[in-house]
Amino acid sequence: MSKLMLGNQAVARGLYEAGVSVVSAYPGTPSTEITEEASKYSPDELYCEWAPNEKVACETAVGASIAGARSFCAMKHVGLNVAADPLFTASYTGVNGGMLIAVADDPGMHSSQNEQDSRHYAIAAKVPMLEPSDSQECKDYTIAAYELSEKYDTPVILRLTTRVSHSQSAVSESDRADIKLKEYKKDIAKNVMVPANAIKKHVIVEERTRLLTEYAEDCPLNRTEENGADIGVITSGICYQYAKEALGDSADYLKLGLINPLPIKLIKDFAAKHKTVYVIEELDDIIETHCRKIGVDVVGKEKFTYLGEYFQSSIKRVILSEEDEYTDFPEPVPVRPPVLCAGCPHRGVFYILNKLGVTVSGDIGCYTLGSAAPLSAIDTTVCMGASISGLHGFNKGRRGEYEGKSVAVIGDSTFIHSGVTGLINIAYNRSNSTVIILDNSITGMTGHQNNPANGKNIYGDPAAAVDLEALAHAVGIDSVRVIDPNDLSAVEQAIKEELNKPEPSVIIARRPCALLKSVKHKPAFKIDPAKCKNCRSCMRIGCPALCWGESHVTIDSTLCVGCGLCSQMCKFDAIEE
Amino acid sequence: MVRSIMLVGVGGQGTLLASRILGNVLQSRFDVKISEVHGMSQRGGSVVTYIRYGDKVFSPVIEKGQADMIISFELLEAARWMSYLKAGGELITNTQRISPMPVITGAAKYPDGIEDKIRAAGIKLTAVDALSAAEKAGSAKAVNVVLMGVMSKLHDGFDKELWEKAVEACVPAKVLDINRRAFELGREMV
Repeated sequence: MSKLMLGNQAVARGLYEAGVSVVSAYPGTPSTEITEEASKYSPDELYCEWAPNEKVACETAVGASIAGARSFCAMKHVGLNVAADPLFTASYTGVNGGMLIAVADDPGMHSSQNEQDSRHYAIAAKVPMLEPSDSQECKDYTIAAYELSEKYDTPVILRLTTRVSHSQSAVSESDRADIKLKEYKKDIAKNVMVPANAIKKHVIVEERTRLLTEYAEDCPLNRTEENGADIGVITSGICYQYAKEALGDSADYLKLGLINPLPIKLIKDFAAKHKTVYVIEELDDIIETHCRKIGVDVVGKEKFTYLGEYFQSSIKRVILSEEDEYTDFPEPVPVRPPVLCAGCPHRGVFYILNKLGVTVSGDIGCYTLGSAAPLSAIDTTVCMGASISGLHGFNKGRRGEYEGKSVAVIGDSTFIHSGVTGLINIAYNRSNSTVIILDNSITGMTGHQNNPANGKNIYGDPAAAVDLEALAHAVGIDSVRVIDPNDLSAVEQAIKEELNKPEPSVIIARRPCALLKSVKHKPAFKIDPAKCKNCRSCMRIGCPALCWGESHVTIDSTLCVGCGLCSQMCKFDAIEE
Repeated sequence: MVRSIMLVGVGGQGTLLASRILGNVLQSRFDVKISEVHGMSQRGGSVVTYIRYGDKVFSPVIEKGQADMIISFELLEAARWMSYLKAGGELITNTQRISPMPVITGAAKYPDGIEDKIRAAGIKLTAVDALSAAEKAGSAKAVNVVLMGVMSKLHDGFDKELWEKAVEACVPAKVLDINRRAFELGREMV
């Protein structure tokens, strides 16, 4: 009996069936559900944890592998940038128990700050990479990856994309394999990467790539589908599904499941049988470049874009010159961008920052939405942790000119991930920078994961909680205070005071995420039409529960959670509990 | 043959749960693929779930001019996504209005007469007040299950029992009664 599963859920099933026993990850769309689903299995069999960041997760998996366990870590594409350091050297040490890294790319940037193609990492780190195209393959390739990992003594990367991770399709389940913990033996030549040992290991890595290329020529992960067509398509991952949808039996296919290293003879033989060979791959021209390098002429990025997702229509347009017909709504439809939720505890801070005209160094999380109108409060967003280190650099760059009128904003989870190192830099190399930690006691944007600052582990069990105030003091920040972000006058006073101090400071704006089940909401607020002058002052906080009408503002009672921020904005006392 | 259905709405309206119910029903007889949006858009943005089913489904995604049916959880979203219908396609919409931020700030206007304009484009439209029905069932959050009730009636290829089992399998136990009522009220609306 098969079950509908998300690609991510199927990876988790694969981990269970492959006898994996250690999973460590940092949440990141579109990878998060792998670890969430894996944590539903018994921790006695499949132990799971949320790590503070992807580097820690990857190193935990490396350590578990050396110890003899099958191990796993998961991350989004930009997370692999953070974990790249252990990856490149784990490629040299190889494994004891099999080790798999899942990385989920986000073509189209549904929930990401860039559109990088993680396949470059497999090439650069010289490790095998598998790419599934549906949920069944997510499970099967996960299991296959552990066999490859142990046979070739290498970590393996499983490359996912949003449409594979977040699509459901049928998966058949099997029992968990009985994988015994391997013996651990001290092996300095294998596991201590000092130059003398690493020089010898690099030779082994190159030989391993040669052997894996031989394997790629006739492995079951790579397959051809012959329909006797003139058109040949070389593809992998979700693009295989789009190509099959668009072209059906009018093309032949070389579907690559092992996308690093790529085969040579297999591609040459396939190309020799076809008049025209298209390479269909989203993002960068990895397969295309390989084809050209081995002397195979293909049609690739001169017809297909480097940007975004493909889908079936772009393939039909390029190869068959066909278009679907449709009718648009006859007038412009207002856009509906994501917004801070009604009752979001970040809203008050951004309102005050915007009101004071403060320069805001932003970070990655729900609170990046503070950049949207009408709050428009954020000046920069680059990557996890960059708010704090970036602010320090900004203040150094302008020789202190902005020190009294600029802040960094960062969430609790992001602060733990890579904000604390920036704060150490502020204290150590002394810039008069003000850091606001938006502590909503959860990792919000990815859908509510516990983190080291909220006192609960992945299973919801009590865990050590980082004391943010004590931590800030411990790294050398003397001025540390905690405020309630829903008290607008207190927020304004605190920000003004801390900006005016001749020293670095940390403000912790603490209130749990309004979407947490543990947060009790007040009844919806109401507008008194007799008192409302329709001045729209309340609309400046950008709450989705507020809407202005002809004569007065209204509050949507299905959205309002009674945070009371709007009533603090009203000069006419028209907004009541 | 492959059929393509879209669930569209506003992040937080429960389109993901509705797609699980629908997937659960369809999987009894067909190869099914469902593509969802997680992450940032779920924070009050425009969200879409694609559901495709048939003998063998390849792409999990539906594009403009390819959908057989769209179920919209909010009126403006019906207007936004109607171009995804193929000729002869069908649209079911909740008449509830949720203003997007440009309308809230006054930068844009919520269009008038959306239902008439969709019908004028030659689309078969069924409009229901799913919010009132959900509130009557016991929770405004049950809009998603009301709409699944509507869909189950209009799309009569599956036994009612199959739908009921799917609701039971996908909805948390403590709100099952509310959702059972919501499903029935949805069926009674069409």
